[in-house]
Amino acid sequence: MYALLSSIPYWGQTILRLIGGSVAVLLPAGTIVYLFLFKMMSFMQSRLGPMEAGPYGSMQLFAEVGKWLQKEDLMPERADKFVFKIAPLVVLSSTFLLVVVVPFGPDAWITNFEAGVFYALAVSSVSVLGILMAGWSSANKYSLLGGLRAAGQLIAYELPMILAVVGVVIQAGSMNLQNIVVAQNAGSIFGWDGLGNPYLLTQFIGFIIFMIAVQAELTQTPFDMPIAESELVSGYMTEYSGFRFLIFFIGEFATAGVFAFIASVLFLGGWGVPFSWFGWTEINDVDNWMNVGGPLIMLTKMLGLVFIIMWVRFSYPRFREDQLQRFAWKILIPVSLVNIVATSVLKVAF
Amino acid sequence: MPKVPGLFKGLGVTFGTMVETITHGANTVQYPHVKEAPPVRARGVIALHEGNCTSCMLCARSCPDWCIYIEGHKELAPPRRAGGKPRAVNKLDRFDIDYALCMYCGICVDVCPFDALFWSPEYEYSEPRIADLLHDKSKLGEWMETVPAAPELEVGADKKGKK
Repeated sequence: MYALLSSIPYWGQTILRLIGGSVAVLLPAGTIVYLFLFKMMSFMQSRLGPMEAGPYGSMQLFAEVGKWLQKEDLMPERADKFVFKIAPLVVLSSTFLLVVVVPFGPDAWITNFEAGVFYALAVSSVSVLGILMAGWSSANKYSLLGGLRAAGQLIAYELPMILAVVGVVIQAGSMNLQNIVVAQNAGSIFGWDGLGNPYLLTQFIGFIIFMIAVQAELTQTPFDMPIAESELVSGYMTEYSGFRFLIFFIGEFATAGVFAFIASVLFLGGWGVPFSWFGWTEINDVDNWMNVGGPLIMLTKMLGLVFIIMWVRFSYPRFREDQLQRFAWKILIPVSLVNIVATSVLKVAF
Repeated sequence: MPKVPGLFKGLGVTFGTMVETITHGANTVQYPHVKEAPPVRARGVIALHEGNCTSCMLCARSCPDWCIYIEGHKELAPPRRAGGKPRAVNKLDRFDIDYALCMYCGICVDVCPFDALFWSPEYEYSEPRIADLLHDKSKLGEWMETVPAAPELEVGADKKGKK
């Protein structure tokens, strides 16, 4: 089913993928910020949020971006200038690298990488480097504390995330995200294939652990210790202003979108619909229209998952640093290890 | 584990608020388009009834912020009764309140023995320039129109002043 792709010349594919990748990063970021950060948070606090810029404040994002672009590019005198400047870009680039392996349709992928899961989990930790760089180069004690907290937290929650994904990999028998999608949609639950076999059902514990770890990786409340504004001003972002802060901001919500994409691929069946609905059995049967429908399905699932992330964010207060570490090491990691063992045993048994 | 039901309850509260905001509207008001009427006795701005003021300076002296500026001079007014002496009255030259300093404590209103100062619930008088927050006596006099009528006295209360 790569007929559609091979009919386009290589440079055409490259341009399509560049555009597709940018859209896949920036469109979710904008949607998440408007829909959830502006509107849903306001509704949950019984207010209306931005209403003036455009109908229902829908143009507010452009106003915000315009405001940030106008601001002065400030830098502390004793900051490590080079590191300070590239740190936001490192954070944002990890988001772009992450979206590379996410499949959006039978042909709508940027790279169909065999070890896609491995790559995604590895690249997602690059953002820790960017955050640590930002914190350390700012020459500010709040920034440094925030950066160190972020490093400790992100490393602690990377483990349960990886271990939660291992269960999916064992069940699908592949590290390729495309194959994981196909395995879910072509699968069946005890012979009934009306829903495929989304790993949400079989790997429910893995899904919960993965979503908690994602929440921590995104440093969203209740895991926002690194940017705890009441103690650390704004953590590693304290000294950033204008465009560089904007990059951090986009990075935060774009990463939320991309992680939700990955979670929907791993647990919710990704771009696919249950193949039995249209009589497909494998990826080569899938019709061409899924290249358009797939991204829309992905977008819907992504918005659903980000809704949960943001809902949790707006509902809970912040964890203390020791609670946060204890939760990762004493609860999430043991549970995910048990999950792996159980999955392997059941995989062999069935 | 015992905390888990509480966690879901918390999620329910935020979700319920969201649904209520969407279906029944928010608790907030879209300010420039919709205005909330402040309570009648709200401390919005202080109005000056110039005719009652004797420039006794009690308000200026009691102001914790020293934001009231009063200048006056004595004038001779015609006698009350024919053949009497001309009376000396205090003429108010300047009465300014600097709302950039005022902290709305209301001591000046309380302390005024001649009912020359009143609270008005008006609140829309912000200015682009901080110096414009100094309201002179004509502007303070204009606020008198917005002062609500004094509440009725309680039954049996003694009405102060001349019988």
